[in-house]
Amino acid sequence: MKLRLTVNGEPREIGEVGADESLLTVLRDSLGLTGTKNACEQGECGSCSVYLDGGLVCSCLVPAGQAEGADVGTVEGLAGYRDLDPVQEAFAQAGAIQCGFCTPGLVMAVHDLLRRVPDPSDGQIREALAGNLCRCTGYQKIISAVRLAAGRVNGHHGY
Amino acid sequence: MVTTVTERARGGVGESVVRVDAVAKATGTFEYASDLRAEPMLWGAVLRSPHPHALIRHIDVSAAAALPGVRAVLLAADVPGKRTFGLNFDDQPVLAEGIVRYHGEPVALVAAETPAIAHEATKLITVGWEPLAAVTDMEDALRPGAPQLHDFGNVLRHVHIIHGDPDSAEADVWVDGYYETGMQDQAALGPEAGLAIPAPDGGIELFVASQWLHVDREQIAPCLNLPADKVRITLAGIGGAFGAREDIHMQIHACLLALRTGRPVKMSFGREESFLGHVHRHPSRIWLRHGATRDGRLVTVDARLLFDGGAYTSSSPAVLGNAGTFAAGPYEVPNVRIEGTLVFTNNPPCGAMRGFGAPQVCFAHEAQMDKLAAALHVDPVELRLRHALRTGSVLPTGQVLTGAAPVRELIERCVRAPMPSLQPARGRDQLDYPGTTGNVTRGEGIRVGIGYAVGFKNTAFSEGFDDAATARVTLSRGADGVVAEIRTAAVEMGQGLTTVLTQIARTELGVGQVVLRTADTSMGNAGSTSASRQSMMAGGAVQMACHQIRDRLAERARGRFTGNGQPLPDPVELRDGALVAGGEWVADVTDLLDEPAAETAVYHHRPTTGFDDAGQGDIHVTFTFAAHRAVVEVDTELGIARVLQVVAAIDAGKVLNPLGFEGQIEGGTAQGLGFALMEELLTENGVVRNPSFTDYLIPTFLDMPPVLTEAVEEPDPGVPYGLKGIGEAPTISSTAAVVAALRDATGRELNRAPVTPDDLAGLRPPRPTAGPPPVPDVPGQWPVAYYHQQVSTQQQLM
Repeated sequence: MKLRLTVNGEPREIGEVGADESLLTVLRDSLGLTGTKNACEQGECGSCSVYLDGGLVCSCLVPAGQAEGADVGTVEGLAGYRDLDPVQEAFAQAGAIQCGFCTPGLVMAVHDLLRRVPDPSDGQIREALAGNLCRCTGYQKIISAVRLAAGRVNGHHGY
Repeated sequence: MVTTVTERARGGVGESVVRVDAVAKATGTFEYASDLRAEPMLWGAVLRSPHPHALIRHIDVSAAAALPGVRAVLLAADVPGKRTFGLNFDDQPVLAEGIVRYHGEPVALVAAETPAIAHEATKLITVGWEPLAAVTDMEDALRPGAPQLHDFGNVLRHVHIIHGDPDSAEADVWVDGYYETGMQDQAALGPEAGLAIPAPDGGIELFVASQWLHVDREQIAPCLNLPADKVRITLAGIGGAFGAREDIHMQIHACLLALRTGRPVKMSFGREESFLGHVHRHPSRIWLRHGATRDGRLVTVDARLLFDGGAYTSSSPAVLGNAGTFAAGPYEVPNVRIEGTLVFTNNPPCGAMRGFGAPQVCFAHEAQMDKLAAALHVDPVELRLRHALRTGSVLPTGQVLTGAAPVRELIERCVRAPMPSLQPARGRDQLDYPGTTGNVTRGEGIRVGIGYAVGFKNTAFSEGFDDAATARVTLSRGADGVVAEIRTAAVEMGQGLTTVLTQIARTELGVGQVVLRTADTSMGNAGSTSASRQSMMAGGAVQMACHQIRDRLAERARGRFTGNGQPLPDPVELRDGALVAGGEWVADVTDLLDEPAAETAVYHHRPTTGFDDAGQGDIHVTFTFAAHRAVVEVDTELGIARVLQVVAAIDAGKVLNPLGFEGQIEGGTAQGLGFALMEELLTENGVVRNPSFTDYLIPTFLDMPPVLTEAVEEPDPGVPYGLKGIGEAPTISSTAAVVAALRDATGRELNRAPVTPDDLAGLRPPRPTAGPPPVPDVPGQWPVAYYHQQVSTQQQLM
């Protein structure tokens, strides 16, 4: 099957997509966008989080065919040419990254959270990110990163 | 790949420095092993045994080989060289030959044009299985008539340690305890992965996420029947390791397929295969008997340890050696007997995981200290303070603690840390109840508990092993000024080593720009990135190389700039781009670099020894101590716990990068908390039952409380910067502290980790025991295989 979709603002066409492929494998294997990670491939860890038509999804759970015509946003699309997204910058500065395998998914999830809730409470942060596993950090520095990013984007979030 | 750091005059040792790879990781451009490609690339897949113990009567690969897109199907007979490998002993088959000994053991390999075809082909391989009786209980493995896993039986190693006179020690108060720990998994998010590319010279280029490239090569090359220099390994990006990447996983398989097909072969495990395809933390059973005088002096400890090594050796002998040496806890005890046994079973092989034998015994000895305190009517913190090891104390092995040992200070920091504010049981936000939205009560059964635990562990390899680390540093003129380049095969796996190495180079060389070359086997051996050792070992080598460069530049300055050729006054330093002697500017470094200055250094830790017949010896290099305090609340009706706060006090020596240090402590504490409450790889008759993140639970944002990190910085003498290895310390005592708090909240015995809701609600009694098994008859303290001449070139004990 053929697949047409928009990824990070660019129209893309994939000539051959297998019936059992997911949006994750299309992004990683067909489009070479390996920033989106493949940690569990069953929707438990959030490492493959992307925007699908504006909503955050685990791309491993989205059958490729379901992304036909969709607008997909990945971690590669967040940073500008020179500047990091404030969420990415906050992750780096707060020490929220160790091995980093969960980072792209968490950056997407935090980006989505701050878009919806510009100044989240501790409880809101924990609840919103409970679907994203991290094995290295114990989460504390990620929560610091969310607060840091929220402080920077609060009120003038352009998303 | 090259990582360049261009911060100037900042970012030295002791400063909080942002990771060198942070931006690449935040933007998704950091390349992990599972992201690699090299066209025209094939995908490898493995057929694994569904049985824990079975004979292979026949294998038919014809249907698999005939599947369109399949390029190779390999069996054991296709291995061109040695057919086994292993870290301590080469007892693990590359591919099963006639028999399998655990669920998940590799049987056949496929290379195909797509991952889907490769996996489909593995299903078309038919194997004539003849299941055998499996021994899957570690006590059963010791019984007469049990199925024997290997030629020399089921006992892999027994260590015997006698200190003082335990047989005639007299005590007024005796406390017996029996403890069990389950099989924890490292559960790194990055899957095992790598890419093997055949080279024109008949050799192989392997890109892999591994904790020790050189020991991989020592195991890979003989199996491929290639000389070591034809196996060139480059580190690929690692998505977490925690010990699981010390053993070979896909390395040999990918190389075999690539050499057979003449094409690049990528392998990347799915989550289920990851759980089946790497080693785990050893399950344990521990019997302790503590004796004290009526006035509260601990006079004797008798410890019997039984560890389940699974089907093959891996690094089990060293895990047992560690567990034995730590079994009495970080306390002064005049009379000790420790009998530790590690057995083979048909369970999955166990090996290295953060803590390496220490968390299991810590869980037991700390429960025992609380029990003893209760029996003596003494405060449990006071009992620990009274017996805490200090510099000069003698361990059960007779080893004298010569390094820093601020155990009392660690405990006191935990006591002094602020307590969390407790919420009333009623009227909370639903997320603030144990079990969050699953809690259907009004908090009537909520009880609060506080627990303390103290633990310790060695840094670097022990028992006489000289695990040296090599680094090469070059200082030269670059386009934007003086640049330092670091080449070391030490592995960055997320812990922050490369950032620390750049800090050391900046501090010692006084330059801002530091370039790190990606680790590969063309560089000198840096030893394993494990055992909390690389800040000391690779950091020590980088520091030594920098000192050699400083001395070289001082010689150049003496000849060319100081006129009279006299030695420069001390101290000679490189600072902010200048050579400074006796506090005076001598020359700009850039003017001393007409030729680059390049130096290689090899750092050795002080020598250690093995165990003598009584288990005595200078076994370990140095130690890191840790103490935790946990505050929990338990809904005693539902059996659901919520950890409110953990304090982690760590014997840090010198904190090199506070931001990275805190991250290690918080993350390590989380893994210990997971082991206390939820993490267990379950097996049923040897078959793994929960190889997924749906069923193997690790702590989430909702499980982790705030962690307060306390660093005690007492420099360790003879170690660069006085630092201590801190990677494992936070994982050792956090499990014991959380379970102690659960006992305090529930009043229940809770003698097994992880604790389950049934345990907390009283629906399941403490685990029973018929007492420790008899001490096995072994030839000596070394692994039994050693005495049977089944020793490979690998004898390092980690």
